[in-house]
Order: sequence, then C-alpha cells, then structure tokens
Amino acid sequence: MVTTTLSLSSVPISSLDKRIQSLENEQSSLGTQEYFVNMGPQHPSTHGVLRLVLHLDGETVKEVIPVLGYVHRGMEKKCEFIGYRQQVHLTDRLDYLCALMNNWAISHAIEKALNIELNERIQVVRTILAELQRIQSHQLWWGVFGMDLGAFTPFLYGFRDREKITAIFEDTIGARLTMNFIQPGGLMFDITSDFAQKVKEFIAYFKPILNEYDELFSGNIIVQERLRNVGILDAKTAISIGTTGPILRASGVAHDLRKLEPYGVYSQVQFDVPVGATGDCWDRYQVRMQEMRESIKIVEQLIDNIPEGKHMVMKFGAKIRVPEGVYYSEMETARGIYGNFIVADGSEKPYRLHMRTPNFNNLWSIIRMAPGLRIADLVTILSSIDIVVPDIDR
Amino acid sequence: MPSVSSTLTMPLMVGTVLGVVGFISVVAMILVYAERKVAAHFQCRLGPMRVGWHGTLQSIADSLKLFLKEDIVPTKADHLLHAFAPVISVMAAILTLIAIPFSSHLVLADVSIGVLYVSAVSGIGVLGILLGGWSSNNKWSLLGAMRAGAQIISYELSVTLSLLVIILFAGSLRLTDIVHSQEAGWWIWRAPGVGLLAFVLFLIASTAEINRTPFDLAEGESELTAGFHTEYSGLRFAFFFLAEYMNLFIVAAMGATLFWGGWMPLHIGGFTAFNQLMDFIPGTVWFFGKVITLIFVIMWFRWTFPRLRVDQLMSLEWKVLMPLGFLNLLVAAFLSLFGWYFFPLVF
Repeated sequence: MVTTTLSLSSVPISSLDKRIQSLENEQSSLGTQEYFVNMGPQHPSTHGVLRLVLHLDGETVKEVIPVLGYVHRGMEKKCEFIGYRQQVHLTDRLDYLCALMNNWAISHAIEKALNIELNERIQVVRTILAELQRIQSHQLWWGVFGMDLGAFTPFLYGFRDREKITAIFEDTIGARLTMNFIQPGGLMFDITSDFAQKVKEFIAYFKPILNEYDELFSGNIIVQERLRNVGILDAKTAISIGTTGPILRASGVAHDLRKLEPYGVYSQVQFDVPVGATGDCWDRYQVRMQEMRESIKIVEQLIDNIPEGKHMVMKFGAKIRVPEGVYYSEMETARGIYGNFIVADGSEKPYRLHMRTPNFNNLWSIIRMAPGLRIADLVTILSSIDIVVPDIDR
Repeated sequence: MPSVSSTLTMPLMVGTVLGVVGFISVVAMILVYAERKVAAHFQCRLGPMRVGWHGTLQSIADSLKLFLKEDIVPTKADHLLHAFAPVISVMAAILTLIAIPFSSHLVLADVSIGVLYVSAVSGIGVLGILLGGWSSNNKWSLLGAMRAGAQIISYELSVTLSLLVIILFAGSLRLTDIVHSQEAGWWIWRAPGVGLLAFVLFLIASTAEINRTPFDLAEGESELTAGFHTEYSGLRFAFFFLAEYMNLFIVAAMGATLFWGGWMPLHIGGFTAFNQLMDFIPGTVWFFGKVITLIFVIMWFRWTFPRLRVDQLMSLEWKVLMPLGFLNLLVAAFLSLFGWYFFPLVF
C-alpha cells in the first residue's frame, strides 16, 4: 500500500480574492509582477464549463486552482427522490461520452442487490457496446487533443470516424448520445438483425484509419516535442490522488477492472492492458491509442457468435424495490473507474447514492503536473487527462 | 529611374491608392475563400457551398457581416490605441505591397532598395499587434501580443539572412533587378544548394513572421482564446484579418520574386522550343501562378501541423534557423565571390 500524505492546495474560493489582491500590491525588485488569470468557465480548451484560476509568472504556470460547480445538477440528491428505475437515465448525463458504460455500471449495482442472473446474450451485447463506446470516446478525445495542440484537422477526422459508431448506436438503440439502453435486468430492447454486420463493417473501416491517425499526428515531430516529458505523473502520486483509467495506466500501474474484477464477458476474451513507462502526456496518448486497438480486438472476438436468448431476463415495472443493505459496484469506463455506492432502506428509492466518477479525481492530477510548465503545456495536460466536465460536477 | 511622386499626377495617385485598396480587398477575399476550401478538402468536407456557385460569394457575405457587426470596445481599454492598432497592421501591409513587381510593366514603386524597404516596412506590422494586445486591457490579449512581439522580431533575422543570400548573387536590392537576374534560371536552383536552403529558411521564418500555424502562437486559439485580437470585433477585427491575409500574399510574392524568378517564365538552357513556348505565357500569369503555389504550401502547413510551444519556438529560431542562416550566408558569399553558380556567363 502506498501511504503518502498529500499537500494538495486546499484554497477556499472565498480567499481567492484576497490572494489576488495581495499579489497585485506586492512587487518584486525587477518591477515584474505575478498575476492571476481565469481560464474558463468560458475557454476553448477547458472542454465545457470548467474554471481554472491560474497563477502565472509571464508564461509560466505557478499554480492551478480548479474551481468547480458550474454544471452541478445535484444528481446524487436527485436520485434519492426519483428512485432506482429512473436514476439509470440520469447516469447518461454524467460522462455523456460513456453513456452506455454508466448505464451498465448502475444497472450492475441494482442487479447485484437483487441477485439477478443475466444470460450470455445480454452480457455479450453489453460488452460489445461498451467497447464500441470506448473506441468512440477515444476517437473524440483524439480529435480534441489535436485541436488543443493547434492542429484542427484531427478534430474533423475524429468526428468523422466517431460518426460511424454513432450511426450504429442510432440504428440499434434509436439515440445517439444519451442512450438509456442498458437497464437493470437486461437491455431496453433486442439488437437489430444486422447489428453484427454493421459492427464488422466498422472494424474493417477503422483498422486502417487508426494507422492514418498515427501518420497524421503521432509521428509528427512537433507533436512528439510537445508531448514527451511534459506533465509527468509518477505512479505514487497518481495512486494517492486517486486517478484511474488511462492516466493511472500511463503512469505504469496496470490497473484495469476489466482484468482485475472481470464483469460482463471480459474474462472470456483475450486483450492486453497497455501501460505507460514515465507517465507523461506522450504515454497517456499512447495508452489511449493502444486501448482503441485492444477494444477492436475484444469486439472482434465477440461479434461473430452473439449467443441467442432473451434481451431482458427480468422486466421491471415503474418501481424497483431494493432490499435493505449497502451495495457497491464499479466499472472501467473510458476515463477510469465509475463506482456507485448505494445505501438502500428497502424502499423504491435509495437512502443515499454516491457516484464515484473518474473525472473528479483525474482532474486533480493537474495541480501536481502543471506548476513550472507553460500555458501551452497546461492545455496539453488538461487535454491528455481527457476530462468531461458534467462528470466532475454531477 | 525618376522617383514615384514626380511621375504621378494627383488624379493618378488617387487612382493608384484606390486601386491598391481594391486589389488588397479582393485578394484578401479570394484568399479567405481559398483557405476555407483548402481546409475543407484537407478535412474531408466541402467547405462553403451555399452562397453563390460552390460558395464563391461566401467571402462577400462574410465581409458584409463584419461591416454590419457591432464594434465592441472594452470599457477599460485604451480607446485611441485600440482603434489605431488594426490600422497600423493594414498600413504596413499596403505599403509593402506597392514595392512588389507583378510583371515587367506592372510595378507601382520600383524602389532602389526594394528588399530593404519590404523587410523594414513589413516589420511595422508587429506594432499593430503589440498595441492591439496592450490596449485591449486583457491578460490573454497581452500574452498574445508579447508572444507575437518576441516571435516576429526573432524570425525577422532569419528572413533577412535568407534574403541576403539572393542579394549577394543578384548584386542588387532593387526587386526588378533581382527578377531580371533570374532570366537564365531561378535562384532557388541557380545558386547551388545555398539557394534551396535559403528558400527553406525563408519559408519557415516567414510562416512564423505572419503568425500562421505551426507558429500561430499570437492567436493560439486553444490557449489564449484568440490572442491579441480577443477583444476586437466587427470592422476592426476585419482589419486584422485583412492584414493577416495580405501578409500571406506578400510573403508568397516575396518568395516568388526572390527565389522563383518573379514574373520570369521557366527556362531550361538549350531547350529553345520549350523556352519559346514558356515565353508565350504572360508574366503576370507566371507571377500569380508561383504566388498561388506558395500560398497553397503555407496553407498546407496550417491544416497539417500542430502548434509549437513558446520556448520551442524561440529555440528553433536562435539555435537552429539563425546559425544555419549565417552559415548559409557565408557559403553563399564564397560561391558568389568565385562565381561558382550555374550560368554565370549569361548573367
């Protein structure tokens, strides 16, 4: 076990004004002045309404203070009122790029509580959909990463290819972003007859495209210079902050719940967990690029023989009653571990539901990585963390 | 050669000024349209298609929009400088443009120190950017302006060093003389090796000087929102935009004039029939053909490369480009001293 005490800068927001004031009054001998500047909540590369207060010395970042709460919707509290049946739909709006995985995670918690045994078909379809969504999420990240580095073209390429998976989801599920497809007890409805065919077509299309991504972007000397040895997060710090997903793996920790506590049919498929060496932006980039290839591998192994069976083993009415107790389930989404901690009092509504979302912990790694680097590096690091702001604020 | 002012009567001068202003507006519009189309096709999409045939009138619609937009000035901005900054940028671009020879007859001002004039006047443009960033009273704008200041002044050195190579061979600062010296062959290959290297240095450094990707740090939209023109809108923003595209044209025109023979047709020694065929194509077509090719290359950079970091930008200039430029100049000096370049007798 790693036991390090962290001195994470704990700045209450009310004191920020005072700090800014005091900084404006003091002047160094050379007549230069350090300053605070707001990056966000409206800024092109904070990916939503995240606000970072930067303490700068010229171009150099001295301190990053994330200020959260701009899209806080009180989701956990809301779940205490709407009950187990409806709260599944709220999880779509957490990390909207992993909607299906979030659906699955909370359904898994309820299924565990009710001891529902799922059939093979449901498990296989869920796994395929989750892996497709992982690819989809990483495609979008790749595009946005390119744009944050100043290259606009990857953004369009990423979205073009993401559209192919979105089209598959649209045909199968009927929605493109917030899908509500995976439910406690199975799937909302059965997959279409040509689902497997479409997925195979996509994989045949996307495999060479991944190499094209490398040609356009990964091999570029400027990209390499911008990413290598920038924003190094060592394994110890990564664990103590509580980062999960590609960030933790890039720091050299092979922690993947799909391997460690296999759910779905992950125990039946062959795949590797890509791990980085130094934990810099380049490693995080490479881990995600490799993960897309591994996800393709998983889908390929499953797509040819989706077992027959019902798409829902237990159909619930408007209410689900969960027996009294404490339940926890966690899953590996594209950004890390999404966990649901449920305290049930035996009614159709949870007494308390806590969502352990990956992005919240991942974000805080930035205050360890950014100091001493330039503003441009801060943008790179933020993009390499791949945050989704509604997931942080909930 | 009589001076410009003595040969031009008053109406002619007004006409010239109007002509230049009209020319730059049209060129900027065409370039904006070209950029959008080039970008679109690099990115597997169509680009503007709705306004006019294949979106050809899109630029007109865009400029109309910019004309009609509200001109927002931040309350705490330095109003005078804020209004003046875009004008400086555009003025620098216009003043540079008049010295460039478009064909053997179409030269507005044949300045005897043409190369010096162009590099000096185009350097004024950075003042507009600096003032724009400073007067906006916005920290992001100021950061962009400071970046632009450091960047443009540094890269000016490399541009000048690569231009000096051609001046050595041509033996004149007058742009028309430089074009005439390339009758037997363009300097990019006539000066063995050094011409090509000087051209590559010129292309890289010029891309940095006009703030285009991979050197668009002054704007750096993912870092500084919009850099020095964050607080500009409407017509003033349009002025910065105009200056940016005029500078793109000027850089391409200078590259074509000094390295690719300006309006000179392509001649290959001994191929008389081929040379005569090439002579049929008018000089203006040659000139604009070369300029368009260069502009396309610079646009190609923009839609392929990511942006450099600010310290990498500086080390590229001071540790790589400038030493290379000096070395290149030294070699070129020896080559021109001993006459070791192709077709020296013709010259």
